[in-house]
Amino acid sequence: MSQLHGEPYQPKSGFMKWMESRLPIMGLLYPTAVTFPTPRNLNYWWTFGGILMFCLSVQIITGIVLAMHYVPHVSMAFESVEGIMRDVNYGWLIRYVHSNGASMFFIAVYIHMFRGMYYGSYKEPREVLWILGVVLFLLMMATAFMGYVLPWGQMSFWGATVITSLFSAIPYFGDMITQLLWGGFAVDNPTLNRFYSLHYLLPFMIVGVVVLHIWALHVTGNNNPTGISVKSKQDTLPFHPFYTAKDGFALVLFILFFAIFVFYTPNILGDPVNYEKANSLVTPEHIVPEWYFLPFYAILRAIPDKLGGVIAMFASIGVLFILPWLDTSKVRSVSFRPLYRQFFWILVIACIGLGYLGAKPPEGAYVIWSRILTAYYFLHFLVILPVLGILEKPRLLPKSITESVLGNGDGDKAESKG
Amino acid sequence: MMKQVTHFRTLVRAGLIAIVSALVVLAAPGVGQAEESGESEALDWSFNGPFGTFDRAQLQRGYKVYREVCSACHSMEFVSFRNLSEEGGPGFTPEQVKVIASEFEIEDGPNDDGDMFMRPGLLSDRFPAPFPNVQIARLANGGAFPPDLSVLAKARVGGPDYIYALLMGYEEAPAGVELAIGMSYNTVFPNHQIAMPEPIFEDAVEYDDETEPTLENYARDVTAFMMWTAEPKLEARHRMGFKVVLFLLIFAGLLYATKRKVWAAVH
Repeated sequence: MSQLHGEPYQPKSGFMKWMESRLPIMGLLYPTAVTFPTPRNLNYWWTFGGILMFCLSVQIITGIVLAMHYVPHVSMAFESVEGIMRDVNYGWLIRYVHSNGASMFFIAVYIHMFRGMYYGSYKEPREVLWILGVVLFLLMMATAFMGYVLPWGQMSFWGATVITSLFSAIPYFGDMITQLLWGGFAVDNPTLNRFYSLHYLLPFMIVGVVVLHIWALHVTGNNNPTGISVKSKQDTLPFHPFYTAKDGFALVLFILFFAIFVFYTPNILGDPVNYEKANSLVTPEHIVPEWYFLPFYAILRAIPDKLGGVIAMFASIGVLFILPWLDTSKVRSVSFRPLYRQFFWILVIACIGLGYLGAKPPEGAYVIWSRILTAYYFLHFLVILPVLGILEKPRLLPKSITESVLGNGDGDKAESKG
Repeated sequence: MMKQVTHFRTLVRAGLIAIVSALVVLAAPGVGQAEESGESEALDWSFNGPFGTFDRAQLQRGYKVYREVCSACHSMEFVSFRNLSEEGGPGFTPEQVKVIASEFEIEDGPNDDGDMFMRPGLLSDRFPAPFPNVQIARLANGGAFPPDLSVLAKARVGGPDYIYALLMGYEEAPAGVELAIGMSYNTVFPNHQIAMPEPIFEDAVEYDDETEPTLENYARDVTAFMMWTAEPKLEARHRMGFKVVLFLLIFAGLLYATKRKVWAAVH
């Protein structure tokens, strides 16, 4: 893996020479973040890693400011959020960036994950990189869920009640776990307090796992649209300036998309009911989680049995952990897998369909479709992927990345041109 | 030259993709909302759109409707008198607002004798609630609690369109529909039975300007006022949004040019 080390850092100034002989931090960062050899054919779908780093930073910075003004008490939480919206300087901006930022974070992470699935980025030798990504996804979900409880609106309260009650389905330990989550016998002030504490803690755990994720990335190097490995120095470009320029451009477009939500329609992704203060005596007509949880919510409700639903929901994420071993194909990229390409898009449609069904009341045809799509979701991972790898005849791979870009190779040439 | 034109097109396309995809995502739940709330059709509010602002005169009229009608039962707990003269709101002068505030009796204290006492309202006071607690409010309203109006325009599917439709939605109950005691028939309220009696009639409030004292105008004006109380920073948000989007478009253009130049050598 020697080709994965970029040009080493050469301190030029006297101070940096002095520093490097004591703390060689540039010696560490320079070859990993500046001269890091990156495949020359990465397309714009690869810019979402950087975009996710941006999302995490924005959530942490806005979150720390919000925490200065927020009061984690059932009698003050809703009021303090309105105080932020009205009386804190630019509080409306900070809160809308944070609340919409959660949605943007999930949009980016879903694109990032589907990109990994499309180009086989989870396959040997990147299994650990992928698994760390799934861990990050789980941490993100926990953080977002607890964050949504903090404004203490009707959907905060009832969403928390529904989701924490799920744990009571676990045999023997169920009640113990729910009481531990609640800090009592129902969702109340102790629940709000511990969720606030954890909502502040988890993002820093995410930072830690992100460091591992990037570390793992820098051992194996990036996958690329052809899915074939880097073979020579010619196949790569130094990260800076090539990918700093490309990621920078993509990031600004993403911020533009983000800004349109924040400034022009900041509440569209949230449920209006959450602008009503939590009331344990009034249950909202439909209890619906935020959009990014809807596919999982649909899977949960598709199973008629409570414990079964909980197991299915966790299994739908659990299956991603073993994805590297479920996919038996030797070829990584979908570009050379004509059959998998079809099934990939069917999976995307199934997931969007589950998201749609998660927002609908659990009745009639919605339930039937949830069951069909849930079954298909698991069928895709547990049956189709393993079998496809054996049956499918992949197309001829180009000899090298360079050939696919400059020569007459196949690959996703159009996309990689940028 | 040709090449530059195509670059420009690619850039415009990328910018458009970001904007269009935002709009597509925005449109999708919007469709669902219209479907669920049924009757509340989208109205042409002055605060709609990326350059929308509140109509000062409308907010002042809306305030008068709130003050003379709604405030008898509904609180406005997050709104202070001082907000009425703040930028982006109804545009009352601070002197006018002092007068408005002083018309309210506010409980203060305890004083040095340990007693609570009543005094005229100050700019820093919040609008006082019409009932001291939920129980008394329920008792006075046939068991129903009149919700706080501060953020109600954001707390209902359809937002201001729904509020307006609700205020306009009172009708005689159709034959065969039996209303529970104290309930009124409303075409847009869920299940059509609402505890709030028809709140306002023509000529109930005397407008200070030439606006016709019709039910439509009352409903529109007070809804606009409620949208302002729910979203008092809307105008600042729209103004900043324009600057941010403009900056990002130019910045994206510069970064795109940079990216082309950096990559030119290796293509």
